[in-house]
Amino acid sequence: MAISYIFPEFEVVRNFDRCITCRVCERQCSNGVHSYDEDGKVMLADESKCVDCQRCVALCPTRALKIVKNDCTFREDANWSGATIKEIYKQAESGGVLLSSMGNPQPLPVYWDRILINASQVTNPSIDPLREPMETKVFLGKKADDIRRGPDGELICDLPPQLELSMPVMFSAMSFGSISYNAHESLARAATELGILYNTGEGGLHEDFYRFGKNTIVQVASGRFGVHEAYLNAGAAIEIKMGQGAKPGIGGHLPGKKIVGEVSRTRMIPEGTDAISPAPHHDIYSIEDLRQLVYSLKEATQHKKPVIVKVAAVHNIAAIASGIARSGADIIAIDGFRGGTGAAPTRIRDNVGIPIELALAAVDQRLRDEGIRNNVSLVAGGSIRSASDVVKAVALGADTCYIGTAALMALGCHLCRSCHTGKCNWGIATQRLELVRRLNPDIGTRRLVNLLTAWKHEIAEMMGGMGINSIEALRGNRLMLRGVNMTEKELEILGISHAGE
Amino acid sequence: MTGEKIIESMLPMHDRSNGLGGGFAGYGIYPEYKDFYAFHVFYNDNSARAECEKLLGESFEIVKAENIPTRKIPEITDIPLIWRYFAAPRDSVLSRLQLDEKELVVRFVMHVNSKIDGAYVFSSGKNMGTFKAVGFPEDVGRFYRLDEYEAYLWTAHGRYPTNTPGWWGGAHPFSLLDFSVVHNGEISSYDANRRHIEMFGYKCTLRTDTEVIAYIADYLLRRCGLTLEEVASVIAAPFWSTIEKKEPKEAERLSYLRKVFPSLLVTGPFSIVLGFDGGMMALNDRLKLRPMVVAEAGDRVYVASEEAAIRAVEPDAENVYAPMGGEPVIVRVKEGAY
Repeated sequence: MAISYIFPEFEVVRNFDRCITCRVCERQCSNGVHSYDEDGKVMLADESKCVDCQRCVALCPTRALKIVKNDCTFREDANWSGATIKEIYKQAESGGVLLSSMGNPQPLPVYWDRILINASQVTNPSIDPLREPMETKVFLGKKADDIRRGPDGELICDLPPQLELSMPVMFSAMSFGSISYNAHESLARAATELGILYNTGEGGLHEDFYRFGKNTIVQVASGRFGVHEAYLNAGAAIEIKMGQGAKPGIGGHLPGKKIVGEVSRTRMIPEGTDAISPAPHHDIYSIEDLRQLVYSLKEATQHKKPVIVKVAAVHNIAAIASGIARSGADIIAIDGFRGGTGAAPTRIRDNVGIPIELALAAVDQRLRDEGIRNNVSLVAGGSIRSASDVVKAVALGADTCYIGTAALMALGCHLCRSCHTGKCNWGIATQRLELVRRLNPDIGTRRLVNLLTAWKHEIAEMMGGMGINSIEALRGNRLMLRGVNMTEKELEILGISHAGE
Repeated sequence: MTGEKIIESMLPMHDRSNGLGGGFAGYGIYPEYKDFYAFHVFYNDNSARAECEKLLGESFEIVKAENIPTRKIPEITDIPLIWRYFAAPRDSVLSRLQLDEKELVVRFVMHVNSKIDGAYVFSSGKNMGTFKAVGFPEDVGRFYRLDEYEAYLWTAHGRYPTNTPGWWGGAHPFSLLDFSVVHNGEISSYDANRRHIEMFGYKCTLRTDTEVIAYIADYLLRRCGLTLEEVASVIAAPFWSTIEKKEPKEAERLSYLRKVFPSLLVTGPFSIVLGFDGGMMALNDRLKLRPMVVAEAGDRVYVASEEAAIRAVEPDAENVYAPMGGEPVIVRVKEGAY
């Protein structure tokens, strides 16, 4: 075998004074990093296999392990970074497209971190959420066009179907297949307990989870896996996935080795076959075709379910969203270029699409300019990392946010970005039963509920600080935001003033 | 009632404002021109006036154009040109644009205020008028000779500007058609409200938050056809927890209004008086973060931020009470009495 030019990215550092050779690390590592040397009675490590998922570190009973970045360096320069050099070597070795998982890691601007939130001083009282009601409840869906009254003059209170959320956060689409049964169960149960929604992704809905239907968004994507009438009617809403922030313009590929047992049954495809979602929907080659699919899905569900159209944030997103808002869709979900994924070509993930902050601001403003903002609700995703990101997104104009990566982290994900290997040591992005078992759905549910309960407190605290006691008074309230470290153009697109103005 | 009484009632309120804005609205003040829209306009100079008058003349027949009479007093300075016009929409324009006359008036006002530099239409109703300036309210009232007008309803305001400059256009009341709003407070939902209402052709140009309430009132009452009570349930919507406790029909109605008009919920402290043709509605924010009292004396009703303002002119006022947050107090003039 030819030599590999690539040195291991991480170093496994073991404190042999502490190591009791209990071999937990060995049993926990699905990548086969750790092994026991019977002769020398010591633990060995093959660092080339390590992805820095921190599983062994977390489970080592004597804290004998740490994983550190290997400080071995290539002869880097400003143009040829270590990562770029490594990618060249990889492709020269394999001849293949580079694959990656999770969101775009490149040092491109994170606008959330350049936006600051307002608070009341003197002229307007801040509101203490511990003493006063603080409303974070959100309704998603088309608003009524006109006010109608019966012959008695009473309002006729019928509205297009609405989704009710206890707070402006939902779990974004992650399919059963890309993530495990236990991960799905945790998301479904947490969404139910929290009064929010989770999303099946394009993997169908396992029959065990139909009971969480009121808190489920069922997704219809280009591969149409797992889609049938009962599935469409099982959820609270239907999402048509046109695109994904991590990989705009391309489809998906779940390798045959993950299409096993329940996954195969739920997707309604034979075991071991690759599940390939085409890049476009082959019945949607333009906006009028999307309209037909929207209405087909509405017909199939007696017009009782709102239809979400999810698109990746791309250059012309404002015009695209305007088209979608006139297509019969009730909700538009926009996924920014930092959105996560179970697997995407690295070049696409790192170079295609635009930041959600700019996309959201542009879409919200465009829909208002056209007077059709009431036609649809807006969901912002990719990547929302904290309660303050949520507050900023809502103030820019989002009705609610999608979180994916943050939810997985609550379940134990350590962002090793190796989902595509299917060997997730935390039992999340894997179908291997011995690994899936590591994620206890009771604990997973609790941790998700904890995370969002904490966020809800933080959202209420920030709203109260601004003197706002209902989330709808924050939505699109861009005066509550100021920018730092931005150009005039960036501020103009975000529709906010610079700090100090 | 002449304007004298309301000027008097503002005297004990002197310290609630800082001299950077005062104003009044009187209803029923132009009985001889009651069928015409009364436009009150500030101009920075005569070129703005010429431009505005040209535009006005294109869409309206002007039956009278004059300076608004003022009294020269040292307290009021830096006075712009202050004009008023009594005008009727031209039928040809209405039919060409397929608009009703109120919509034409609104578009005219929005156009002038956003497009003509140095011209601000600050009153545009029939048989009513707004009078405002930079100064303390009692001085503003004397400046505009309000003792010479008789109205069935007066509102008044003294400003203590906080977020935006004190200038003539920024004084309260803010009015559009026959709606006028005086507001004690600061709206934390302002930009959410503004960006929503601007979808429907309104343009917030006066650099202060209260303006948006006048446009919300016009939008909900005139364009959406809501009742005053329903408007109160939109802008000072009850909490969801309160709605849940209502009987089902009422809960359905309240929840419908919140779901349809989420972006018109007004948060932050406010006590407002909304004047309209034939009456007024007083309303507090739902947390009641600003004071407001109501009292009666004979067949008159008084609303003020402080009881002292009422006692100043009606020492024997009765039934004094402070309405709950979000509870509208609606007063209408008896049929035919105006």
